[in-house]
Amino acid sequence: MSYSVTAPSSRTKLFSGFVVSLYAIVTLAPLLWIIATGFKSGQDSIHYPPKVLFEPTLEGYVNLFTTRTRIPSDQAPKEPSSMTWYEEIVNEKGELIAGPSKYGERFLNSTVIGFGSTALCMLLGTMAAYAFSRFKVPLKDDLLFFILSTRMMPPIAVAIPIFLMFKNLGLNDTYLGMIMLYTAVNLSLSVWLLKGFMDEIPIEYEEAALIDGYTRFEAFIKVVLPQAITGIASTAIFCLIFAWNEYAFAVLLTSGDAQTAPPFIPTIIGVSGKDWPAVAAGATLFLVPVMVFTVLLRKHLLRGITFGAVRK
Amino acid sequence: MAEIEIKNLRKEFGEFVAVQDSTFKVEDGEFFMLLGPSGCGKTTTLRMMAGLELPTSGQILIDGEDVSFKRARDRDIAFVFQMYALYPHLNVRQNLEYPLKSQRASSSLIREKVTEVAAILKIEQLLHSPISRLSGGDRQRVALGRAIVRNPAAFFMDEPLGALDAEFREEMAEELRALHDRMRATTIYVTHDQLEAMQMGDKIVVMNHGVIEQFGVPQDIYDWPATKFVADFIGSPAMNFLQIDYQELGAGDATVMFKEYPIQVPVSVQDFDGSIDVGVRPEHIGLSREAGGISALVVASEYLGTTQIVSVQVDQTILKARVSSSEEYALGSAINLYFDPRNISLFNHHSGKALLSEGNQEVLING
Repeated sequence: MSYSVTAPSSRTKLFSGFVVSLYAIVTLAPLLWIIATGFKSGQDSIHYPPKVLFEPTLEGYVNLFTTRTRIPSDQAPKEPSSMTWYEEIVNEKGELIAGPSKYGERFLNSTVIGFGSTALCMLLGTMAAYAFSRFKVPLKDDLLFFILSTRMMPPIAVAIPIFLMFKNLGLNDTYLGMIMLYTAVNLSLSVWLLKGFMDEIPIEYEEAALIDGYTRFEAFIKVVLPQAITGIASTAIFCLIFAWNEYAFAVLLTSGDAQTAPPFIPTIIGVSGKDWPAVAAGATLFLVPVMVFTVLLRKHLLRGITFGAVRK
Repeated sequence: MAEIEIKNLRKEFGEFVAVQDSTFKVEDGEFFMLLGPSGCGKTTTLRMMAGLELPTSGQILIDGEDVSFKRARDRDIAFVFQMYALYPHLNVRQNLEYPLKSQRASSSLIREKVTEVAAILKIEQLLHSPISRLSGGDRQRVALGRAIVRNPAAFFMDEPLGALDAEFREEMAEELRALHDRMRATTIYVTHDQLEAMQMGDKIVVMNHGVIEQFGVPQDIYDWPATKFVADFIGSPAMNFLQIDYQELGAGDATVMFKEYPIQVPVSVQDFDGSIDVGVRPEHIGLSREAGGISALVVASEYLGTTQIVSVQVDQTILKARVSSSEEYALGSAINLYFDPRNISLFNHHSGKALLSEGNQEVLING
């Protein structure tokens, strides 16, 4: 029988598979519950004991995107044949669609602010990281430490000064303000991560490009960036996840035009109290962009996390 | 094609002086070696010439034009790196095209040049391969191709064969030399391998601790080393040294005394007294069982095919002699040494500098 010291035995594989599955169940269960709740009716969502099997309905999603009123008793009921499918769902509960909700807008705000700050963060981060990696920057170590020190307290600890600053500068509830804020918070992380990736790229590549007739900037764009793509992708994912999910600053600094989805979702209230299926539907849809982004960059992310751990 | 001149070039990194006051000239079309142990400043010198480092002081002239502080891309030179530095995200063809693209060459010219270079280096079949799939030798060929594709005025190579296997290094060294003979482009080549330098170079600069020890053609450097360092660094096995604690030497003298043994040396042209080292190459030591000569003890022998290296002990000093393999020398047996008087160098024991004699004065005064 062949025997290998390094290859795992089938029993080890079975055991590790079991551990991984257990972990997956623990982390995925709440997520599945949220997704399921989005398709429940109002009663089912608060039913006790909780229902695992239920009759799915789009009620939550319809409520998420609409505002509704009760049908006034003096109004003649509408002909069922002239109603759209979502009017029908609402009508069954004795309600009437009054107009669209703000969820779409808030979702768009999240997209603009999340991706905007991530893009800005990558732009500034790659350039700063390149400079720290390649040039003799005066007080380099102190500066790097200083940059990192902005992460040594929870960002929310400076909420009040930032609130006052934003108020005086007129940045409250604006895209610009939120993009700048998230970029500032993320920049330290991205400079540090990206500097690590840049350090791994041998300097000879740029020197070859410089001798081949390119400027320093062209060498950076054409030779360094393509090789740093792994690092840029994984750093971008971390930045986006933070900016996308950030709640505390968003509650404090946005309320209308630039409000992001996280502070909006919990405020979704049905005609009679909290509308849990709508909240769950909002949360489910909110997961999609980050999931798509992460899946698209997943290959880079996995390589990125282990990058540099082992010398080739 | 270019003539390159270095004048009083100096480079400091903070407190550390990497290159001190170097001066030498590379003639047009020469294959020029910068030789020295690691950390001697040879790579720094080359990088300054290429424009990858700026000198602290001094001048670099390419065809008479001072380029000391010009950008690398304005010097019209090509650089071959030890680790090849091929762009890993591009394939072979794209790597070769890269220098031409920076010059905004037309696509028909680019295609023509790339085809030509690929044919010269016999890498036509590799043009579409990604760099990661090439062997070390092929990578170095592509790196050479990237250098020659643009017809630069000069080639700078930083240990281009250093990363290859011994077997393959030989082959590439020959290819490189053949390529140079065909293109006749001025080439400056950095190496720490003295055999490589002797084998390929038209001229050699030997550096140590940032100082140029000697500058000249390989045979002059081998036969008449300017310093003890050069004598020791070049040649394998290295030159042998016998120390004489005190020797009075006048111009015209041709004998030194090692203990009670007189040693014939080339006629001295300078006066000197003090401690000296007698330097003699292994192939200039003869072994004899006849009486006379310096008596020694055989302590080891190494068989190398047609020749053998016999180590003998004189007092506390071990000398190595290269002699024919036909004779056998038993370990522990007594033997007498004869030195060939035509090729002996004397060194000032304290400064390490060679003493001028009729043999070496011509070489050392020019170098």
